[in-house]
Amino acid sequence: MDDLLRIDDALSEEQRLIRDTVKEFVSDRVLPHVGDWFEDASFPARELAPALGELGVLGMHLEGYGCAGLDAVAYGVACRELEAGDSGLRSFVSVQGSLAMFPIWKYGSAEQKEEWLPRMASGEAIGCFGLTEPDHGSDPAGMRTHAKQDPSGDWILNGAKMWITNGSIADVAVVWAQTEEGIRGFVVPTDTPGFSAPEIHKKMSLRASVTSSLYFDDVRLPAAAVLPGVRGLKGPLSCLSEARFGILWGVVGAARACLESAVDYSRSRVQFDRPIGGFQLTQEKLAWMYVGLGQSQLTALHLGRLKDAGSITPRQISFGKLANVRAALDIARQARTVLGGNGITLEYPVIRHMNNLESVLTYEGTQEIHTLVLGEALTGIPAYR
Amino acid sequence: MNIVVCVKQVPDTATERKLRSDDKTLDRDAADGVVNELDEYAVEEALRLKEAHGGEVTVLTMGPDKASETIRKALAMGADKAVHLVDDALHGSDALGTSYALAQTLKKIGFDLVVLGSESTDARTGVLAAMLAERLGVPQLTFANKVEVNGTSIAIQRVTDYGYDKVEAVLPAVVSVVEKINEPRYPSFKGIMAAKKKPVEKLGVADAEIDVAQVGLAGSWSEVADFAAAPPRAAGTVVKDEGDGGVKAADFLASKKFV
Ligand SMILES: Cc1cc2nc3c(=O)[nH]c(=O)nc-3n(C[C@H](O)[C@H](O)[C@H](O)COP(=O)(O)OP(=O)(O)OC[C@H]3O[C@@H](n4cnc5c(N)ncnc54)[C@H](O)[C@@H]3O)c2cc1C
Ligand SMILES: Cc1cc2nc3c(=O)[nH]c(=O)nc-3n(C[C@H](O)[C@H](O)[C@H](O)COP(=O)(O)OP(=O)(O)OC[C@H]3O[C@@H](n4cnc5c(N)ncnc54)[C@H](O)[C@@H]3O)c2cc1C
Repeated sequence: MDDLLRIDDALSEEQRLIRDTVKEFVSDRVLPHVGDWFEDASFPARELAPALGELGVLGMHLEGYGCAGLDAVAYGVACRELEAGDSGLRSFVSVQGSLAMFPIWKYGSAEQKEEWLPRMASGEAIGCFGLTEPDHGSDPAGMRTHAKQDPSGDWILNGAKMWITNGSIADVAVVWAQTEEGIRGFVVPTDTPGFSAPEIHKKMSLRASVTSSLYFDDVRLPAAAVLPGVRGLKGPLSCLSEARFGILWGVVGAARACLESAVDYSRSRVQFDRPIGGFQLTQEKLAWMYVGLGQSQLTALHLGRLKDAGSITPRQISFGKLANVRAALDIARQARTVLGGNGITLEYPVIRHMNNLESVLTYEGTQEIHTLVLGEALTGIPAYR
Repeated sequence: MNIVVCVKQVPDTATERKLRSDDKTLDRDAADGVVNELDEYAVEEALRLKEAHGGEVTVLTMGPDKASETIRKALAMGADKAVHLVDDALHGSDALGTSYALAQTLKKIGFDLVVLGSESTDARTGVLAAMLAERLGVPQLTFANKVEVNGTSIAIQRVTDYGYDKVEAVLPAVVSVVEKINEPRYPSFKGIMAAKKKPVEKLGVADAEIDVAQVGLAGSWSEVADFAAAPPRAAGTVVKDEGDGGVKAADFLASKKFV
């Protein structure tokens, strides 16, 4: 399918090489298997993580500690090509790099960084990020997980988290908890006594991704387990801004994969003696999908440039997440109709992307919450409560 | 060991390739340029030889400005530096001209071992390794699926229709590789970022002491007289198995010279 607007011509030589490398990796190592992973509700993290680490995908936008130090646009392009494979793959990478490595890199002590970042960059150690709780999703400020320092200085962590990507397979969890000094982050090795992480089953979306609950039952952590560099909700929220940036690029990849599949199908499927791509109704669908894809691609590129210039704001990221996930989901749903009955099987990528995008719509700030962010930006009136 | 890998930029085989109507050469602007597939195997083999024996890997490309993308990819895979032979006078060179220009450049930059792919995906003459070796006056070890270097001697397994030959020679030498030889690595993100800073020397015909009368469209011994688009694929023939299906299938393969 033609890149009609030639948007990728705006990429540098390095950014294009990153794109081509990830695309090749996904087509060699992911696309032949991902339909089966989705059907079996499995994700071969232990096999893929070292390979992704060798490529430099894990923590790719961080500097030092074995990370590649990519600019924001390159990071975005890589997410786009990963998610053209599957949103589960991109989620794995987002959680590892932006939600688990980023807070350690940004707010961690020298010892925490040395201990975890090189192993996480290489894919030897897997991380997860625990913010959401059973009773606190969109409103994390009210979280109930808490940590108390006992007289020896050790922290005692209690509570529960829910919907945690990579939870059951992680070596380390970055856990956000209430303390006497407000919300703080903790670096929790998952083999610490009192920590457990059962997997959540019966998901119909992001099946090629591990999602878990985390339970902390008097988990004793040394004083040095707390992230020294941040207090308050801005800690986890800054991580989410990093990851959302990856999402607003990533979903463009999922959308593109759906449109490509629909275009191919429409040219070869014959009904009433002609390819269904020759019917005006089909062409209208395809044309609007093309428009939505191009627009979300431009939004991503523009926000990437703002991020590289160092001026991007959380509201702009909300705009991108809201607009691009919505566009991708619309494209996936339209593409599904073009494929008819084949649109509901895993022989084609479309229903897999479509179902995955339902999670992407909800996590990292639901579409309603991002709508309220823009509503507040326009009116000056917060409407969250 | 000073290893030079010859790498060609070719139009992406996944896209439609066209010839220019004016001078009947390949329209290189019409398609995205990629590294000739076999040349990735050549780069990989050069990197493995360097990792085992030390030395340096230099990428040599003859091609238009746009071929710098191809050079970047080879550098990102791990090559140390590159030489880009680029000059309008080279446009349209045939295999003889290309081999002459590359040989002149190789004489200038020096080498212990030259590694090539055994064939390009666009022109597909498959003759460059032989021509280069001849022009350089060094042994040619072609169609290698295995290369071993021991001090100044080199041995390869040369793939043949019936198995393989063992071929040995003394360095300096020219080797061409087939795809069975290895599995090329992906360029890593760190490699991609590092490639930006690696030296790429641009040479013109004068720098490489190339006689312009022997290169370019005018200097070529062969020319493309005419060309036509391939006919659209005809509908297949359906052969009914009336107990003689095996014979019919064998006859078909024989008629196409497959068996
Ligand atoms: C597959 C998957 C993976 C996830 N991975 C992680 C992870 O790794 N780490 C992590 O911490 N979390 C993770 N999450 C959790 C995710 O971030 C939350 O599901 C999300 O924040 C929404 O929270 P909730 O599910 O509790 O929904 P709720 O907050 O209960 O929302 C329910 C509905 O109410 C709406 N709503 C809520 N408040 C308002 C309001 N003020 N105005 C209007 N509408 C409102 C919401 O938009 C939504 O439509 C994951 C979720 C999924 C599905
Ligand atoms: C449409 C068309 C028509 C042509 N017609 C003729 C013709 O009639 N007669 C004729 O002699 N030639 C013709 N050419 C050949 C053209 O000039 C070749 O591109 C050139 O000679 C190199 O040969 P090759 O690609 O076939 O090399 P091959 O021998 O197939 O390539 C082997 C290896 O040589 C190396 N190599 C090849 N080219 C380069 C390069 N530029 N820089 C660095 N390494 C390189 C690579 O390692 C490659 O894997 C034609 C080409 C085209 C596209």
